[in-house]
Amino acid sequence: MTSQNESRVRDICREHGSDPVRLLDIARAVQSEFRGISQQSIDTIADEVRVPRVTVEACVSFYSFLSVEQKGDITIRLCDDVPDRLAGYATVRDAFVEALGIPLGGTTPDGRFTLERTACIGLSDQAPAALVNEVPITDLSSDRAREIVASLRQHGDPRRLVRKLGDGNNAHSRIQSMVHNNLQYPGEILFSPYNRGEAIRKAVAMSPAEVIRAVKTARLRGRGGAGFPTGMKWEFAREVEADRKFVICNADEGEPGTFKDRVLLTERPERVFAGMTIAAYALGASEGVLYLRAEYAYLLPFLEQRLQRRRDEGLLGESIAGKQGFDFDIRIQMGAGAYVCGEETALINSLEGNRGDPRDRPPFPASKGFQASPTVVNNVETLCCVTRILEAGPATFCEFGTPQSAGTKLLSVSGDCRLPGIYEVPFGIALREVLELAGGEMAAAVQVGGPSGKLVGPADFDRRICFDDLATGGAIVVFGPERDLLSIVSAYTEFFIEEGCGHCTPCRAGMPAMLDLLERVRDGRGEPVDLDRLRELGDTIRRTSRCGLGQTAPNPILSSLEGLASEYESRTGDAPAGLTRRFDLDAALVAAQAVPGRAPSHL
Amino acid sequence: MSESFKFYIDGVPVDAQPGMTILEAAQGAGIWIPRLCWHEELEPFGGCRVCTVKANGRPCSACTQPAEPDSVVENDTPQLREWRRALVELLFAEGNHFCMSCEKSGNCELQAVAYRLGIAAPRFEHHWKPREVDASHPDVLIDRNRCILCARCVRASRDLDGKTVFGFTGRGPDRRVAVSSTARLADTDLDVTDAAMDVCPVGALVRKREGFSVPIGSRRFDNAPIGSDIEASGASEPARQEE
Repeated sequence: MTSQNESRVRDICREHGSDPVRLLDIARAVQSEFRGISQQSIDTIADEVRVPRVTVEACVSFYSFLSVEQKGDITIRLCDDVPDRLAGYATVRDAFVEALGIPLGGTTPDGRFTLERTACIGLSDQAPAALVNEVPITDLSSDRAREIVASLRQHGDPRRLVRKLGDGNNAHSRIQSMVHNNLQYPGEILFSPYNRGEAIRKAVAMSPAEVIRAVKTARLRGRGGAGFPTGMKWEFAREVEADRKFVICNADEGEPGTFKDRVLLTERPERVFAGMTIAAYALGASEGVLYLRAEYAYLLPFLEQRLQRRRDEGLLGESIAGKQGFDFDIRIQMGAGAYVCGEETALINSLEGNRGDPRDRPPFPASKGFQASPTVVNNVETLCCVTRILEAGPATFCEFGTPQSAGTKLLSVSGDCRLPGIYEVPFGIALREVLELAGGEMAAAVQVGGPSGKLVGPADFDRRICFDDLATGGAIVVFGPERDLLSIVSAYTEFFIEEGCGHCTPCRAGMPAMLDLLERVRDGRGEPVDLDRLRELGDTIRRTSRCGLGQTAPNPILSSLEGLASEYESRTGDAPAGLTRRFDLDAALVAAQAVPGRAPSHL
Repeated sequence: MSESFKFYIDGVPVDAQPGMTILEAAQGAGIWIPRLCWHEELEPFGGCRVCTVKANGRPCSACTQPAEPDSVVENDTPQLREWRRALVELLFAEGNHFCMSCEKSGNCELQAVAYRLGIAAPRFEHHWKPREVDASHPDVLIDRNRCILCARCVRASRDLDGKTVFGFTGRGPDRRVAVSSTARLADTDLDVTDAAMDVCPVGALVRKREGFSVPIGSRRFDNAPIGSDIEASGASEPARQEE
């Protein structure tokens, strides 16, 4: 790095007040300007921000959109999530590899292109998809891959790859994206018409306690997946005496197969921001942060514009909606590529400029969260529900759903179905009905709630989508009868291994051991005892892991062992006495054949 | 002074002060809960999970979970012993641990906990991952093959020495202890007298030139199993609990 770059890195730090809490923003800015954060830049940042060097390196090495190595001017990130694999990821990847002349993970010698794979980018209903720098490219084919490389070589501008704009606000001047909403089934809560400011005016006419009571009366539970009662969460934070309190919107939608928050942020950002403002009023917070996943950076200019409009209209800022003393504003924090940051305490660590390692609980964020202040973290969809509850009243909200699961649920449906996209359905709907709506009746298995949820077979299709039966944060991925389910399970298991933070033993060391056993079974080398081992180890990981990621990481294996046992049993068998099926002669001979340079073969 | 209270570990009443963790309170009562990342001079880390207990039926790490009045904690049960054995075996499978040639043998907490839990050999496939050794420092060696990522050195250097010589980089199975310099331990301000040098439970962070100064057979866990000192203190000094 030249000294000129060093002074530029210092300037970037100073633009962020050389504040350690802004470390993630600083790192993102350096990455974007220099296509990497060199060892020397890490020294410079540490010096300027006055934190130990290893603290900067710890942060940079945690996020997949940050790198020490210099990347190309254009980074093409191919999404290799399961729906993309079903839709032809491998041929698209091969086309890019061939056209660019570099392997996956490589950078062209001229420094123009880097080709990478990435986990779910929230476009499962228009897969295979990719991000070219920040620009989402959908419905890829190998022909399109070659065209993209040719045009980028010509003009170098990813935005010019967008030929036809998507529907709704995707065509808005601040978005200009080819992404489609695929809103197949809009419901009566989240996608109902709205008047900007109505919910807030109704809220400030009530006392904060009455607002919390309304949310409780509506029996609203968190939509991110865990289903914690929202009103109770708010009440905990309200009861804590503190100078500062925070409302955080978790827009780090990363559960593979989930893309509903993307559509809400595109079409109903007003309801998200209103929900945050109402929460702030209820618990007495004056600062809000929307944590937006790096993959949705293309929505940032649009969301910033909507925030500004709200400030201009008196719906954010001082004396909101004319209520003296009610001051609140929202900023947007960009993530940098880490699934675990969807876990609320990891998200808070990330907001503070640290690695996104989850924290121990207690203390819970409601008493000690962002910068040790009471903090409420709510999902995008939950906050939209809050706004609707204030607009229409708790009774209208509870007209939908079941006693334990009130309201509607937004589902992201993808995979082997005719109508992938977004469905707003009442809680309590049978999975079979969802499959019928989406044209996925032929399914052999469905991943409900993404990999952290359950992989279920036809015997479970009459079960209901709700918190007490088939709970889901929103992902429904459909698999037809021709799919190899154990390969899908192993892809999801790899995902958790890659996305774990590594803090605790069961998840960090246990999940690779699960994958070993699973691959052995998948490849026909397993014995029945291996299935018991998977169940036992999976149970240990589920019960001893520190956070929700580890506690759910064995779910693809455990749920399919339960509901789709024949997939496993048909591939395992007892070995003849004194022998083992586990031994793989070809694998064992690799090293011995490599030494004399023999071809891999045996008698 | 806040009111002390009682709770129960495997049916035994245990006294605790508000704010005490289950592990601390157990310690005071002469009950040893197996653990690796916990160290009495350091903030709890909750990483190894070997101290997993069940508090009112819910699994949690005893080193981070506050003791609560009248709560019922399970510690020494077949299920918990089985989980702990699996976790310790996973640590052996993940790293590259050759006890027979390791200078820490007999003083190693990982080895001692494994013996006490009755582990003869791990049931999981070894990962055999290459891990780096850093011998650049004149007085100190880092052998990451033996590291269990317990963060004791990270916490001690940060909180006791005020230096932050160590930190974690990477994530998932690629997480590793990094040093606060471009590459080498020699370029940090670590001193052999730092508190961080005294906390490593395994042979990952060791002083040079003193490996076998205490002979095998006379080492910390050679004659009494790990935890027996805690159990003995509880049995012989019951009065201490009454303070």
